[in-house]
Amino acid sequence: MESFIQQVINGLQLGLMYALIALGYTMVYGTIGLINFAHGDVFMIGAFVGYLGYSSWGLPWPVAIIVSMAVCAALGVIIERIAYRPLRYAPKIAALISAIGVSFFLEYGSSLKFIFGPDYRVVQRPFRSITWNLGGVSITNIQVVIMAVVIIFLLFLLFLVFKTKIGAAMRTVSFDHDAARLMGVDVDKTISFTFAIGSALAAVGGVLYAIAYPQIYPFMGIMPGLKAFTAAVLGGIGQIPGAVLGSLIMGQVETMTAAYISSQLRDAIAFAILILVLLIRPSGILGRSQQEKI
Amino acid sequence: MRFNRWVAIFVLVIFSAAILLSGCGQKQAATTTGENVIKVGVIAPLSGDVKTFGESVKNGVDLAVSELKDGKLGNFKIEVIPGDDRNDPKEATNLATKLITEDKVSAIIGAVTSKCSIPVSQLAQQYKVLMITPTSTAEKVTLDENGKRKDYVFRVCFIDPFQGTVAAKFALNDLQAKTAAVLYDQGNDYTVGLSEVFKKDFEAGGGKIVASESYTNQDTDFSAILSKIAPKNPDVLYLPDYYQKVSLIAKQARDKGIKAVFLGGDGWDSPSIDQAAMNGGYFTNHYSVEDPRPQVQDWVKKYQAKYGKRPDSFATLGYEAAQVLFKAIETTNSGDPTKLRDAIQNMTIEAVTAKISFDKNGNPVKPLAIIQYKDNKQVFVKKMTP
Repeated sequence: MESFIQQVINGLQLGLMYALIALGYTMVYGTIGLINFAHGDVFMIGAFVGYLGYSSWGLPWPVAIIVSMAVCAALGVIIERIAYRPLRYAPKIAALISAIGVSFFLEYGSSLKFIFGPDYRVVQRPFRSITWNLGGVSITNIQVVIMAVVIIFLLFLLFLVFKTKIGAAMRTVSFDHDAARLMGVDVDKTISFTFAIGSALAAVGGVLYAIAYPQIYPFMGIMPGLKAFTAAVLGGIGQIPGAVLGSLIMGQVETMTAAYISSQLRDAIAFAILILVLLIRPSGILGRSQQEKI
Repeated sequence: MRFNRWVAIFVLVIFSAAILLSGCGQKQAATTTGENVIKVGVIAPLSGDVKTFGESVKNGVDLAVSELKDGKLGNFKIEVIPGDDRNDPKEATNLATKLITEDKVSAIIGAVTSKCSIPVSQLAQQYKVLMITPTSTAEKVTLDENGKRKDYVFRVCFIDPFQGTVAAKFALNDLQAKTAAVLYDQGNDYTVGLSEVFKKDFEAGGGKIVASESYTNQDTDFSAILSKIAPKNPDVLYLPDYYQKVSLIAKQARDKGIKAVFLGGDGWDSPSIDQAAMNGGYFTNHYSVEDPRPQVQDWVKKYQAKYGKRPDSFATLGYEAAQVLFKAIETTNSGDPTKLRDAIQNMTIEAVTAKISFDKNGNPVKPLAIIQYKDNKQVFVKKMTP
């Protein structure tokens, strides 16, 4: 029983980490119907900037997270301005290919020696790791920090989207660009804002990921990015609560597969779920099909 | 408009300069082939996930070359052509093909990791070019699928079964371990090979394997499998992977409250390993810098003088591979790969780590060293033979 609870906690940590990335996918998809494949790489840049922030530049780690968020928010806005906005009314496939291009650009660009370099780096954690043993279940302070930070940001996001004016604008744009414009919403600005928020969350995810799994390299965003994307689809892409639910399910599925079936099947099962969801319920668990506008 | 024209002129100048420079390079190459030149290719990962391995091997080879008189051996000038395989078998194959068919090398020193050396060894055998891998420990490097020897291929390091056997013996006898858990990368011949031999020998010696789990190269979250291992409380956790992966696993293992002693293979030998996380762990290695053997101490001094750091085993084996090759060139006074092959097969050489000769599978006969990571440095424990 303890070991089961232990695995649930492991899965929760992984799932919350995916949630931060999945939100970016889902928000961008919700507003412009684009799958932003560069999102996993923004996550990677976030991890690097955060790590450099608290190690090389000597910032306290919460400040490093905020710096990293700012850098990635700016990066997200720039990516949208350069690579997606000119293609907004082009066929969807054009923007998708552009997204893949941006993804490769970020991966190989940051592999260059004078940017981050191609090497694996061991990340020194900004605080000492402490393990508590609660009735046979071990919890580390790192897990607690991660869960707390993720939950704070999720609540902040929900507040932003459902209680503020800019949130209302985002929701309006997600229904219909032209109608939103007629209502006096600045569509371009709202989309930029969506990218900024999504990328900033990815940056938080990146820094926390590097603290939990202390190693960074330029291709580290690919796998978490794919998994988070799967989670977003699973929960119903375009739906914010769906992204969180999907991520939590993904985290549990992966952990439970590794723990009780076989660690070799972990990725196979994770992606089999993606295929199954697409076949049986393309709109995802919380998705409503009438809202789809592909 | 004017701006664009200047840009165009600038680009033109750069291009023509580049063409001129590369032209010069070719001319130079042509004059050196006028003398008697033996070309030696070096294939190593100079960037990517195991780049310290490649850099060290290259340093070792470079040092050996710099010790030659005028860069010559007998009548021959030695020309080294290095290449970066980024620890990618495809890249290693491309490089080997280029070295063999375009540069016409007589011998290749490399590749460094087994997964790159296996395809390179096939090419070397096919084109009858001598290959000495400094550090690839998989059996399949010198043997083909049917267990037949690739007779142009040698190595100067031990093979996986040897490492696994010694690790199991060390765990049973020196660490007094009763139980062990094994974690390995299912997609990597090196870690699969080591873990299989370790499991077999540990159980044969009376120990019990309480858990054997695999992961993939992409994995970063090991919490599920480590939580599974933790309640079984093994005495030893065998982690036969490369330094960047074991750093990650070791840290998470301690987070999960696993108190086992870590045990590993030569993939741990890197300055980039997370030494704090590995603290107290032992690994089997090719040699130790603290070995009192005079040749070793001499070598450590030389290396330190040139590169300002202690040579890891990759540097040492790179140097040894070059030593073996150069001795073969010296004795045969030839760059013919077939003659060199015969010379190496029958050679006995006082190399850095031991006096070595080669068995019928092209493997050297020599002992290995057990090293411990203790308080952020490597400590020599003992030398062992199986």
